Amino acid sequence: MRFHRPLILAAAALTVFAVGGCTSDKPSTTTAADAGAGTAPPAAASTAPASGTGEQSKFFVQADYDAQLAMRSQTAEGPADKPWEQAIAPQMVSTAEYKKKDGPYHLCFSNAAVDNPWRQVGWKTMQAEVALHKEISELTALDAEGKDDKQISDIAELQAKGCDALIVSPNTTATLTPAVKGACGKVPVIVFDRGVETDCPVTFIKPIGGYAFGADAAEFLVEKVPAGGKILALRISPGVDVLETRWSAAKAAFDSSGLQVVGVEFTDGDAAKAKGIVNDYIQRYGKLDGVWMDSGATSVAVAEAFEDAGVPVPPMTGEDQQDFLRKWKDDGLTAVAPTYPTYQWRTPIIAALKILKGEEVPKVWNLPQPKITAETLDRYLQPNMPPLHYALCGCEGMPGFPEKWGGKKG
Amino acid sequence: MKRALPILAVLAVLLAAIAIVNPFFLEPAGFLSFVRRAAPLVILAAGQYLVIVSGEFDLSVGSLVTVEVVVAARLIDGDEAATWPVLALLIVLGLFVGLVNGAVTTLLRVPSFITTLGMMLVLSGAVFLWTGGAPRGALSQAFRMFGRQTGWAVLTLVVVAVAAVLLMRANFGRTLIAIGDNERAAALSGVRVTRVRLIAFTLSGVSAAVAGILLGGFAGVSAQVGQGLEFQAITAVVLGGVVLGGGRGTVIAAMAGALTLEALFTLLNLYGVSGALKFTVQGVVLIAAVAAGAIRLPFLDAPKVKGDAHAVS
Repeated sequence: MRFHRPLILAAAALTVFAVGGCTSDKPSTTTAADAGAGTAPPAAASTAPASGTGEQSKFFVQADYDAQLAMRSQTAEGPADKPWEQAIAPQMVSTAEYKKKDGPYHLCFSNAAVDNPWRQVGWKTMQAEVALHKEISELTALDAEGKDDKQISDIAELQAKGCDALIVSPNTTATLTPAVKGACGKVPVIVFDRGVETDCPVTFIKPIGGYAFGADAAEFLVEKVPAGGKILALRISPGVDVLETRWSAAKAAFDSSGLQVVGVEFTDGDAAKAKGIVNDYIQRYGKLDGVWMDSGATSVAVAEAFEDAGVPVPPMTGEDQQDFLRKWKDDGLTAVAPTYPTYQWRTPIIAALKILKGEEVPKVWNLPQPKITAETLDRYLQPNMPPLHYALCGCEGMPGFPEKWGGKKG
Repeated sequence: MKRALPILAVLAVLLAAIAIVNPFFLEPAGFLSFVRRAAPLVILAAGQYLVIVSGEFDLSVGSLVTVEVVVAARLIDGDEAATWPVLALLIVLGLFVGLVNGAVTTLLRVPSFITTLGMMLVLSGAVFLWTGGAPRGALSQAFRMFGRQTGWAVLTLVVVAVAAVLLMRANFGRTLIAIGDNERAAALSGVRVTRVRLIAFTLSGVSAAVAGILLGGFAGVSAQVGQGLEFQAITAVVLGGVVLGGGRGTVIAAMAGALTLEALFTLLNLYGVSGALKFTVQGVVLIAAVAAGAIRLPFLDAPKVKGDAHAVS
């Protein structure tokens, strides 16, 4: 059999694109900046590149950064035991024009994807939220499978289904904006997770955001690691807006600290790759004094890399996935876990019902974004839940918990 | 063995370059940790070699590795007692997938590029459907021992390497190369082509199972663990001077190719070259290796006409 070289090269090229094919967006000042900018502290982001963090990301927007860092210390309004109903510094808008007679309501949802554990947990939680409300007759959801073009046609298709309200979790910000604009005229639109570059949606729901996430993690290391300590920063991939903000806030914190960032590496979210990178750095520098991560997917692998090299695990950061929380507890790690809470998937349903009943909603619904610390670890560690479950799902009291989320009873 | 010399020289240069940047590499622990990390790729390359030298391809090994790890985590679910039965099951699974690849290619006469590309898509689709992108369950400590503890990983590698070399020295190896060189001539001289190729595909499947066990052990459960491994394995084999289309090249050179590729990646990392360049480097290496082979061949060997017994006789 003769082999066709162009074919395999084409296939190889395809794989490369598939692996690196994360979507990216230009930066944009979201309307969130208006919500908390009044109390923003002086900018902490310096441009001094001396600490090894490289150039500041072109996605960095100072006003958003200031607003998010300020929001971390603001008290959210709403019931304290239901953070998914809380809002930080809300500016309420009237929804009287969307009021409909009491149910039954038909909600529609255009979902960017369900291809990672975070979105899986969120999607289950949203479905459970729908089941709590008898006045919702139907939730029609379309999965865009991570493709902008599919989501654009999904949104168009949903408009023909007679939805009373449309919920959108955009795949990318800029590309989806015209599609959302098009829908705004016909049906009340609720956007959550990522934003769009228009204020036509009735409400935009999100946790505080990426800058707060990155800063929470970096500030922990600045506090725990002595000056001059060597920090390794592990990121998933470059050019993804929601991840760029995390890193740019961390960069700002490291630049103004005495820490030395010895490397900024991309893991593609692959545990084996992350472990290999950490192993190389331990060999190259003898030891590392801290590891900053922009997400928790490979945190356990990073901790193991230190164990396998026979050195103690330095202060490190993760996320609220159960595998990392368990490792943290079992091995007594020095760690912090900022979160991007999955309970935000409950809020769009609650918002939709408020809008259809004519109740006020915040124009930008900033949900609280807690971080898990050594003090609160026990509260979030759930041994009966699967390793990739996100602790901040806000789903503990929902019918079908824990089985529906893959957990075991008891 | 003569054909393995160029790649061994390249490997030696790369290892020396690593040692200059990172003296820890010269200590047994440092070197063994490199070997441990290279072990899955070397094992995959050995399996891929068997298929390539017989004139075929196996593109399904990457997604098969993912399937093995995801299935292992789901079935073991943290239960130590389940380790050994599941390990046995994983080997059987690899064997079965390889057998299907081989049967479709040889009996249904579907080109192996298409067969295994199809199998790759079937397996990755099945994993996604089953896990939804978020694998469940956990591996047991005993399972992870093979990939995490350097001694076990290196031992596994040595066993596989010795078995591969012995296999290629035996009758099977000679007939395998004969088939890749000239299928009809081999068939006419009494080689059971179908059976030999079936075995090659089956062994490739088993090598993916073993690589999956090591990779799962090394880093734990992940739905991306096998991504791109098929191309790394093919690159490694080609780098070892094994000719695509079959008939030439040794298994030692193929495994040395895998070590070389891994050494190259390690070196890039040590020099702080971005991980994004890894694919670019791999692509350049792949093309350069084939080009180098094509340029050299006319001077060393008489031109060969393959696959057509009439043209030769």
